[in-house]
Amino acid sequence: MSARLLALRGSNNEGVLAAVLVVLVIVMSAVSPSFFTVGTLAAVVRSSIVPVIFALAVLIVIVSGGIDVSFAAIAIFAAYTTVKVSGRGEATAPLIVLVLMALAIGAVLGLVNGALIARFRLPTLIVTLGTQSVFKGALLTYIGSRYIADLPPSMDRFSKTNLLSVHTSGSPANLSLMVVVPLALAVFVWWLMRNTMFGRGVYAIGGDVEAARRAGFRVVRSQLLVYVLVGMLAAAGGVVYVILGRNANPQDLVGGELDIIAAVVLGGASIFGGRGSVGGTVLGVLLVQLINNSLLLVGVPAAWQRAAVGVLLVIGVGVQAATAKRTNRRVLVYNTLDTVEVAR
Amino acid sequence: MSDAGTPMLEVRDIVKTFGGVHALSGVSLQLDAGTVHCLAGENGCGKSTLIKIISGVERPDSGQIVVGGAEHDHMTPSGAMDAGIQVIYQDFSLFGNLTVAENIVLTGEVAAHRALYSRRRLRPAAERIVRELGLNLDLDEDVERLSVADKQLTAICRALVHDARIIIMDEPTTALTRTEVKRLFEVVRQLTERGVALMFVSHKLDEVLQVAQTVTIMRNGVRVLTAPAGELDQASIGRYMTGHDIDESRLVAPVAADAPTVLEVRDLTLPGAYRDVSFVLRRGEILGITGLLGSGRSEIAESLFGVLPAQSGTIAVDGQDRAIRSIDDAVAAGIGYVPEDRLSKGLFMDASIADNIIASSLDAYRRRRPSRLLDRRRIAETIADLFGRLRIKAPDVSSRVRSLSGGNAQRVVLAKWLATRPKVLILNGPTVGVDVGSKSEILQILRQEAADGRGVLIVSDDVPELMAVCHRVLVVRQGVVVRELEGADIDPEIIQRTMAA
Repeated sequence: MSARLLALRGSNNEGVLAAVLVVLVIVMSAVSPSFFTVGTLAAVVRSSIVPVIFALAVLIVIVSGGIDVSFAAIAIFAAYTTVKVSGRGEATAPLIVLVLMALAIGAVLGLVNGALIARFRLPTLIVTLGTQSVFKGALLTYIGSRYIADLPPSMDRFSKTNLLSVHTSGSPANLSLMVVVPLALAVFVWWLMRNTMFGRGVYAIGGDVEAARRAGFRVVRSQLLVYVLVGMLAAAGGVVYVILGRNANPQDLVGGELDIIAAVVLGGASIFGGRGSVGGTVLGVLLVQLINNSLLLVGVPAAWQRAAVGVLLVIGVGVQAATAKRTNRRVLVYNTLDTVEVAR
Repeated sequence: MSDAGTPMLEVRDIVKTFGGVHALSGVSLQLDAGTVHCLAGENGCGKSTLIKIISGVERPDSGQIVVGGAEHDHMTPSGAMDAGIQVIYQDFSLFGNLTVAENIVLTGEVAAHRALYSRRRLRPAAERIVRELGLNLDLDEDVERLSVADKQLTAICRALVHDARIIIMDEPTTALTRTEVKRLFEVVRQLTERGVALMFVSHKLDEVLQVAQTVTIMRNGVRVLTAPAGELDQASIGRYMTGHDIDESRLVAPVAADAPTVLEVRDLTLPGAYRDVSFVLRRGEILGITGLLGSGRSEIAESLFGVLPAQSGTIAVDGQDRAIRSIDDAVAAGIGYVPEDRLSKGLFMDASIADNIIASSLDAYRRRRPSRLLDRRRIAETIADLFGRLRIKAPDVSSRVRSLSGGNAQRVVLAKWLATRPKVLILNGPTVGVDVGSKSEILQILRQEAADGRGVLIVSDDVPELMAVCHRVLVVRQGVVVRELEGADIDPEIIQRTMAA
């Protein structure tokens, strides 16, 4: 492959992913005339808002060499608790206070994960599987199990605000103001992972923990921070989810983790740690959402959508394993060339 | 050797005990600017402990460390780095998922307690160091795609970005080919010109003598000798290291004239690796296969063991044609293989010696039908027999393999394959990373196994080793067997000329 083509492919196959997205759009437009419309576009973007936020959280933890399946439980815990304690009526706190409160709850729950993982060096999947149930159980037992149909007014106001509103021949297509949140967070995470020593440390730890320790990275502190950050991002996602849905249901979100993890892995993040990019992650989320939407349009039953996401996850991991194998072979070829050259 | 200035580093009367056992009993040493000092000794002689004390990982019980005139009772890891001491470990401690440039500069940024990272600011620093050393490293390549030699050069560059004045390299040449070693020594020469003091920790005596000005030899926690390299030769170093004469001379028992062929290979071909390889191996014979790294020597061995099945050609064991498409096929045919990278491919590091020895031959120790359960008594007998026969130095068979030295770990791998009672035993680099004392013992074990009627195939680029045990040596160049050497033709001069011609 020429250098230019390689550059297009991106360091984590982002280019391939973008190409798949384009092909999918073309195929779907040919199959279903109702697909290529502003309405569909708005639907895909709207359905991606919350997953992108969650995916950014999962990206950070996967790059650090771990996994977090408790983020959805943290998200609904933080968002539902905030709505519940804020009460109703005009006397409720302004949005900024509510958001800060949700972020604080997310940070504390993330700290619980981080402390268990970093201090006691426990496997991340097991810890977060456990805390997922603990968080959800605590939410239902101590905070509330009742569906809250009306949000505090300061929140509710935002759910009706649109950034863009396009009236086409059919129904109006609206783009919620909330789309700004994942965009801003994506830029923030991109900067954090690329231009801070913390971000580079996360890549280093995901690459080789022991080497990171010898190089002087404070591994325990970085890991704690990773899980706190994941908790806060999850909480932000939970708040946006509640605002978009205009209600708070403690039974929501938990159970949908697989879609997010699949999207991140499809986006090129290595399940073994040390690799992954924000661009790829966003593309991965868009692909999963687009596929969910397309399947709906061509009349595939909802149950099969779960299977489709599962297949995508396996393909994503399979591609990673195949690439790793190819890399090894390339090193072998390099060595051969090197010696042949010397031998002449 | 500069005798005018003060030494860059001096350690005085270092004593260190672990649980009452003296690891170091009063070791003193000094390192001068612009010189290479080699620290040699068998496994367990205390050299690793000494390095750890210098780099601040361990605290000495008593003694002083003097760096650039400042005296310390002990060092700390960050203190050692600040004083300009850098250790390049055998595994390099690099980040495979990051680029060469980033690996070179990242640790310096950590040490400087920076919060922000900027590619644009740091890249020139990495470029400068690579250019100064005249290296050909692609700064934007991920480190995991580099060869071992380039990884090592990356680690050296990283040390220099720290302004290292004292660089300690642990077994720097173990994983390198001869040309790569030459390149490394060229870099080492440049480092000494910059006034850096280097300390090499090595088993490889011939290389030690090439590059070092001073050699210090340790044995059992005591410094036996420090002398200019020019006054020593391989034999004397070996004698000081082990305390007795090391026999590396050729000792080959004649193969009986009527010894049957145990392995016959005809026209074996794997495109891209080797082609038209044919040879026979008789019972009681030790056959060497040598060549440069990448010549196809390892691939031939891996094909015979089914790791990398050949595309065409035949392999016959005991006169019977065998299709070897997988490791299972090879084991069923009676072929055993001790891989090059034994730590990652040959051993369960956290399992006991006993479990490792029996790991490949469990099927042979089942009781008869219908129970098909394992026969524990026979297993114990086999383990005890091999443990004794290979003289594995460990308290008992339940010790974990991780706790063993390189030479002893290698014996466990050998024991594992001998437990399968193979007809053909293939060894890839049988004594890589093994000290001289263990090496001659392992070679003696191979002679014994051959004498017991096995065919032994050794893949190696260690010429003295091939000379010491092989009846015949095949030289592979660019995937083709170019020459078969026998008897007096097995000579370092001829082998090297044929390999690289």
